[in-house]
Amino acid sequence: MQQSGNLPRLNEEALIVEKPTRTVWQRLGREEVIFLLFVFPNLFLFAVFTFWPMARAFYLSGVRWDMISPTKRWVGLANYEYLFNNDAFRKTLVASLYYTVGTIGGTLILGLLAALLLNLPLRGRDGVRAAVFAPNLLSGAAISIIWVYMFDPRYGIIKEILGWFGASSPNWLRDPDWAMPAVIVVSIWRTLGFATVIYLAGLQAIPKDLYEAAKVDGAGAFWRFRSVTIPMLSPILFFLMVTSVLSSFQSFDIIRVMTQGGPVDSTSTLIWYIYEQGFIAMNAGRSAAATVILFLFLLVFTLFQVNYSERKVHYGS
Amino acid sequence: MPSQGFLSRRRKAQLGRAVSYFMMLLLLMLIGVPVFWMVSGSLKTTQEIQAIPIKWLPTSLQWENFREAWNAAPFGRFYLNTIITTAFGSGLELLNATFTAYALAFLRFPRKTLVFVLILIALMIPDEVVVLPNYLTVAGIPFFGWNWINTYQGIIIPGASVAFGAFFLRQAFLGLPREVLDAARVDGCGHVRMLWDMVVPMARPSILTFGLISLVAKWNEYLWPLVVTNEDRMRTLTVGLTYLFDSEGNTEWGVVMAGTVFVLAPLIIIFIWAQRFIIEGITSGATKG
Repeated sequence: MQQSGNLPRLNEEALIVEKPTRTVWQRLGREEVIFLLFVFPNLFLFAVFTFWPMARAFYLSGVRWDMISPTKRWVGLANYEYLFNNDAFRKTLVASLYYTVGTIGGTLILGLLAALLLNLPLRGRDGVRAAVFAPNLLSGAAISIIWVYMFDPRYGIIKEILGWFGASSPNWLRDPDWAMPAVIVVSIWRTLGFATVIYLAGLQAIPKDLYEAAKVDGAGAFWRFRSVTIPMLSPILFFLMVTSVLSSFQSFDIIRVMTQGGPVDSTSTLIWYIYEQGFIAMNAGRSAAATVILFLFLLVFTLFQVNYSERKVHYGS
Repeated sequence: MPSQGFLSRRRKAQLGRAVSYFMMLLLLMLIGVPVFWMVSGSLKTTQEIQAIPIKWLPTSLQWENFREAWNAAPFGRFYLNTIITTAFGSGLELLNATFTAYALAFLRFPRKTLVFVLILIALMIPDEVVVLPNYLTVAGIPFFGWNWINTYQGIIIPGASVAFGAFFLRQAFLGLPREVLDAARVDGCGHVRMLWDMVVPMARPSILTFGLISLVAKWNEYLWPLVVTNEDRMRTLTVGLTYLFDSEGNTEWGVVMAGTVFVLAPLIIIFIWAQRFIIEGITSGATKG
């Protein structure tokens, strides 16, 4: 506008400006257009079914709404305030922690023992490795049903096996003290093989000469394990820990089938609470607020994982 | 530590081997017992199931349980629904993963980092977190004006985008021999032909591995199909099975176990056929980035 006296120059500029708007697609090279076409369907679906609902969850966590009435009432942070002053939600956080620590502890320790065993030159170990891995691929809902039958306190197989050792069976899924251990056992049974297979890959990647060197230095079997195996496995251990945390936070089918969060909320994990508040109690606001809390947990752990794999890529190249 | 005990070194090694084989057997049983209990339960009569002390094996095979399960719930329909949602669901995932991976691996784009980061963010948002808002979207609440509850597209489309697979295949594509691909480029091979005729055949093992992982995941999917269906005729196998269990569990275990066999048998067959492949794929995905 300051140069309004300079007419010819303005015209020239108008020409230049007009050209790119006409040919925005031409300015992008063929390759760029193909790039966009290739990634568009995926990104579009992410926009509609991942990013938009995520934003919507944040919004919904600030309203009170029964998912039916046409109006939502904006309540600000009241849902979060409710959750943190609510005994049931506190129980949910404790149950989530119990479930996660129990599952991960069991999976990582038993998985390591299984991997050490299957790393020995035993006949048939490949078959056992495959069998141990198999539960990972089975439907969580279906295997949970099998385990409910196994845990049956009257005629289940576990009652029988406990009987061999003179122990009597608790009423697993109806007893607030025993329901969570039962759920954790199923969870470990399902994820054990994944940990085993990853550990095995890690064990096989440890250079043999490290063990030789330790042997020359006079280290016994236990000391070789402490000073070679464990440190060399630590990145694998870290990877397994993070992925296990992520998957246990998301584990819904076992809880839904075996306990529905009960008895008396003893197995009500965060993901169950979200489902129950949203789809049974029809309380969209509280469900969304719990969702945001779950998301923040998961985000922290995923950032760990991404950081880990980034680092690994750098080491690799 | 020199072995001066009453066991010679050779004896000790033999004992160690025996203990190892015993532990391996124990491990195998730990994994196998639930599968055994399912199969044996599915072939028992109600009396045999409720017998105390327990009966390990049925005296006569009660195939009747399978017929009863098939009639107690529309399993034929569940199979059809699951096959449709699995085939299209993992098919779309595979296409999305392949195209996205090719673009990220080989194509120049000024904002490529942004695209990369967007997919990374999507990777950080698990499906469980967006179930409630996605349910609202799919149910057409409040302003989309469509309703996909109880439809195949409602089950399939929200899960058709893929982040893990895109990164997994990108990594595989980047590992392909660069000279061969460059030679094809020089010969004037276009990107679409390049993808289908060169990259896809060369990266076949990785694509198949991801395809199998995706297939199994879709077959087992539970929370989303549970939420977007409320009629028997649209339920998938996993969801239908748990409704059968809710109504018959704790009483008709023979029938429920027969239903469980319906759900697990195809998975077990696929696994026996492709286990080496799946395990190696997952291991390399975890340990090689």
